[in-house]
Amino acid sequence: MEEADTSRRDVLYIATAAVGGVGVAMTAWPFIHQMNPDASVRALASIEVDLDPIEEGQSIVVKWRGNPVIIRHRTAAEIEEAKKVDVSQLPDPLSRNQNAEGKPATDVNRVVGGREEYLVMLGVCTHLGCVPIGDAGEYNGWFCPCHGSHYDTSGRIRKGPAPENLPVPKYEYLEEKRIKIG
Amino acid sequence: MSGPSSYNPSNGFTRWIDSRLPLPRLLYDSFVAFPVPRNLNYWYTFGGILSMMLVVQIITGIVLVMHYTPHTDMAFNSVEHIMRDVNYGWLMRYIHANGASMFFIAVYIHMFRGLYYGSYKAPREVLWMIGVLILLVMMATAFMGYVLPWGQMSFWGAKVITSLFSAIPWFGDAIVTWLWGGFSVDNPTLTRFFSLHYLLPFVLVGLVILHVWALHVPGQTNPTGVEVKSGQDTVPFTPYATMKDAFAMVVFLLFFAYFVFYQPNYLGHAINYIEANPLVTPEHIVPEWYFLPFYAILRSITFNIGPLDAKLLGVIAMFASIFILFLLPWLDTSKVRSATYRPVYRQFFWLLIIDCIALGLVGANPPEGTWLLIGQIATFYYFAHFLIIMPLLGLLESPKPLPASISEAVLAKNADKKVASAQPAE
Repeated sequence: MEEADTSRRDVLYIATAAVGGVGVAMTAWPFIHQMNPDASVRALASIEVDLDPIEEGQSIVVKWRGNPVIIRHRTAAEIEEAKKVDVSQLPDPLSRNQNAEGKPATDVNRVVGGREEYLVMLGVCTHLGCVPIGDAGEYNGWFCPCHGSHYDTSGRIRKGPAPENLPVPKYEYLEEKRIKIG
Repeated sequence: MSGPSSYNPSNGFTRWIDSRLPLPRLLYDSFVAFPVPRNLNYWYTFGGILSMMLVVQIITGIVLVMHYTPHTDMAFNSVEHIMRDVNYGWLMRYIHANGASMFFIAVYIHMFRGLYYGSYKAPREVLWMIGVLILLVMMATAFMGYVLPWGQMSFWGAKVITSLFSAIPWFGDAIVTWLWGGFSVDNPTLTRFFSLHYLLPFVLVGLVILHVWALHVPGQTNPTGVEVKSGQDTVPFTPYATMKDAFAMVVFLLFFAYFVFYQPNYLGHAINYIEANPLVTPEHIVPEWYFLPFYAILRSITFNIGPLDAKLLGVIAMFASIFILFLLPWLDTSKVRSATYRPVYRQFFWLLIIDCIALGLVGANPPEGTWLLIGQIATFYYFAHFLIIMPLLGLLESPKPLPASISEAVLAKNADKKVASAQPAE
């Protein structure tokens, strides 16, 4: 009798622990996942921008998913300067372009081929998230005032604590001068 | 708590409750009859001051929530509404905002008191570790509270500090998105910070109860560092410690009131009176003064070590500067508690204070040139103090002779004062 009692209790113990454990794990997930971006945040995930009004040498900032997106109509000199750079000398050799994933950080991989004049990228410093200032820094590109990161005319990190190039979001040309970001 | 209870219920009602829920007995034994060393000085009053500050923050906080709106469109204006429209709203907010600073002043004094008198040594390791945990929760609470007014420094402070987690390899960006509830600091971030800012102070209350419990098991340390040996070494908590704590609290409140009424914005940043703008970063992002030394450590790591980049190392160093305190009871190898009897450690104690002030100054200045260099030296020294100096000092230093007991030390001191050759009575 003693033995039978013990084994019945063991079965109950193991079954309770197993079902309870799985239950706790499955219940925990909704409580963790509720903090991830909700449907209304995700619904705002794409915008369209008309590039026509941007003059050569001018930048605009648009807000996308709560973050500033810098769109610059680059001058020929800026493009030339960006192209001259030897990629192997860059602190971050990857393009960080969601449209050219994993490719080297040449200037053409940072933009859309044939549309080199338009540089589209997140204005979020890859160090700690500040907004870099345009037409500034030692490389005539962008300069982050928070901790002193310098980006070049292609938005690539050249000097300072930021580890990566400014990220280029997923975007496509809908028309000649109209893009959809996201 | 320590020793048998001396509580005597005096009437029918207290006898009735005592045999059902002996809460009056617990309070009597903990805060009336509890024996405390007779030689406690004013540095030992900051525990009481901290308990008072926690209550002040909770009461003013609950009042502020009655008038505040946690939404990115309305948060900033609702704080201005508190300042201008709500009856005494300005007072409630200034008490709460300056109260946070006062809380940190008191906690830092309390911690350095512990460092000076070796309060973390056996058998008080758990007491000390709960204290470090309280510091961490306090910091999280203060950080999230500062975001709620939704000014420029609120927003950018939140963005920079949460972005620290992106330094974590592989999962960094997913963790940051999860913390934000979006792709930047935005309304979901504000509402969750508000929720947690309301919760954490009550977690602190629970931790403080554990802290006091862990204090009352071995009893308090004292400036000699010699354990209590007999009833002669102690006095009852009430009236002796109660009165001393109350006096110190009132003096502290006068200091606090000076800031609230005459310099209410001295410890803050003017730029936080500009509403948060996600598209424009302020020129200098500076945390509140009580975070400056840690911010300096974060920014002092500007070099990579092997596969670890500077950003990750900075974050690791910043968190390590607090977590190292958990190990302090084991890093200090000296058997002598009080720095009064440790002539060499005493010098290093003051060097550590200078080092922490230096880190604070570095944190307030841009990380360039000389400031960066000072920051790196001070960061190195901070870790060297705990990891090299403290373990070695315990082995190398010859401490001064300890008094046989607290009462002997007290009597010897009194005899010195009287000059007369009074014989210490046993």
